[in-house]
Amino acid sequence: MRSALATILRGSGLGAVAFVVFGPITNLALWAFAVQWYFPYKLPVVWGFKYWYEVFKPRSDAWESLSTSVLIALFTVAACLVLAVPAGYAIARGRLPWRGGILLAFLLPQAIPSIAVYFNVARIFYGVGLNGTIAGVVLVHTVHGLVFAVWIAAAAFAAVDRELELAARNVGASALRSFLTVTLPLAAPGIMASVIFVFLESLDEFTGTYFVGVPDVTTLPLLMFTASVAGNYQIAAITALILLVPSVGFMLFIERFLKADVLAKVGG
Amino acid sequence: MRESRLAMFLLVLPALAVVLALFVYPLAMSAVSSVTDKAGATTLDNFAKAWELYREDVIFTLLIVAVSTAFIGALSAGIGGYLVLGESRRAIAALRWLYRWPLFIPFIVAAQCMRTFLAKNGLMNNAFDTLGLIDVQNAVGFLDWRGIIVTFVWKQTPFVALIVAGAMASLDRSTIEAARNLGASRIRILLEIVLPQVSSAMIVGLTLSFVTMLSVLSVPIMISGGAPTMITVDMAFRINSYSDYGVANALGLISYAMTAIAAWAYLRSNAAKRGMA
Repeated sequence: MRSALATILRGSGLGAVAFVVFGPITNLALWAFAVQWYFPYKLPVVWGFKYWYEVFKPRSDAWESLSTSVLIALFTVAACLVLAVPAGYAIARGRLPWRGGILLAFLLPQAIPSIAVYFNVARIFYGVGLNGTIAGVVLVHTVHGLVFAVWIAAAAFAAVDRELELAARNVGASALRSFLTVTLPLAAPGIMASVIFVFLESLDEFTGTYFVGVPDVTTLPLLMFTASVAGNYQIAAITALILLVPSVGFMLFIERFLKADVLAKVGG
Repeated sequence: MRESRLAMFLLVLPALAVVLALFVYPLAMSAVSSVTDKAGATTLDNFAKAWELYREDVIFTLLIVAVSTAFIGALSAGIGGYLVLGESRRAIAALRWLYRWPLFIPFIVAAQCMRTFLAKNGLMNNAFDTLGLIDVQNAVGFLDWRGIIVTFVWKQTPFVALIVAGAMASLDRSTIEAARNLGASRIRILLEIVLPQVSSAMIVGLTLSFVTMLSVLSVPIMISGGAPTMITVDMAFRINSYSDYGVANALGLISYAMTAIAAWAYLRSNAAKRGMA
């Protein structure tokens, strides 16, 4: 009797959690396929793909902002890799002056509310002609992404056994060669995890783009925001679903890249 | 040896320069701009004006973020606790699968989800109406301060719960088993044995989430249009409508001060722990 009651309680508890987690996402998905939906109907009155055609028609705003978003995210990933791989290696291999202070500097963009920083960056960029350019937005996303990139790269390099590197040096490989053929391949899964984080952060970023990108750079989050504020819930919902695809996809795969031995070294 | 230190420093330098130029310098600029008037003289007028115009919003922001942080802490303690102490393996597996979903959902998408879900005729009220709990004709929507809190808690709880559950999983289980054998209830084990041991992980998670909530612009704009609102919205308004960097930066400094309070709480709890050890 007691266990039956426990099962019912457990079931309804999990049901409530499922409703809270999936309810908002379900409502978004319903809007994406609603052609007409008005009060007091609990479900859309007319269903269909009408707005999907509108969003995905050739040369639509959505295609343009999707390609802008992906382009910015790819440049951001490239910039973060170029900066974070050497920095992460140096932090992991030690003998670095002011190591604590340097680690702290890379943490700052996550530890301080960034909105005031963004509009001051926009003010600087306005002076040098970077406002409203792809390059300006990439720079802003890069600073924010460096936190993940540097810390994860440092952890990934720290997890690589130093002896292997020294063995390669002992048989005559140069420092660069032993790094490229031994250390980097071994750290690759961790670096890949940081690439995914940086890509997603850039794709989803709103506040920085809002201040630095206007009026010429429209990314997908900005397009979604404009549609939502204008009350165009179908367009907003479809754009939001496009943004959800990489997020959920990477959530399912991230654990393959981010191994426990790397996670244990983060911040070390 | 010295050459090697220099080489290592040169490897870090480009990344460090980017952070200094595009984060630390604008940060300093916002501090200077907040105490400078349009003619360039040092003044506290910006703070006076910010306080006069947005006093309510400053208090409102602090309350929203504090209440959200409290809920996030309580819920992630509950989720982590159930994952460690729960008795049904199937329910634990189901909860572990369920709770993470909002983690990777962007804030702006979360805001759009909630904008429809919490509306007067949104899915939440409609579901309650179908269950016979409320009458949707007379129901109210939640698109105000409550909606902002719900969205923040929905989005940030998985993040803190992930950190807390990780810390709980690596605890030594023998004290938990001992307490259980002595007949302690699960709530008591959670409050008196498990939570004290994971408090530093909990505080790191809550501090990061506190800062994140103070930086988000999309959620307050999209969930609640009217006054009072959060100071992030006021900053954007001062910039976009008046190009008033002085007052906007004064509000920015107020948001740094709120973070400083959170950081101080974190450091104090760390110091207290060291004192005990």
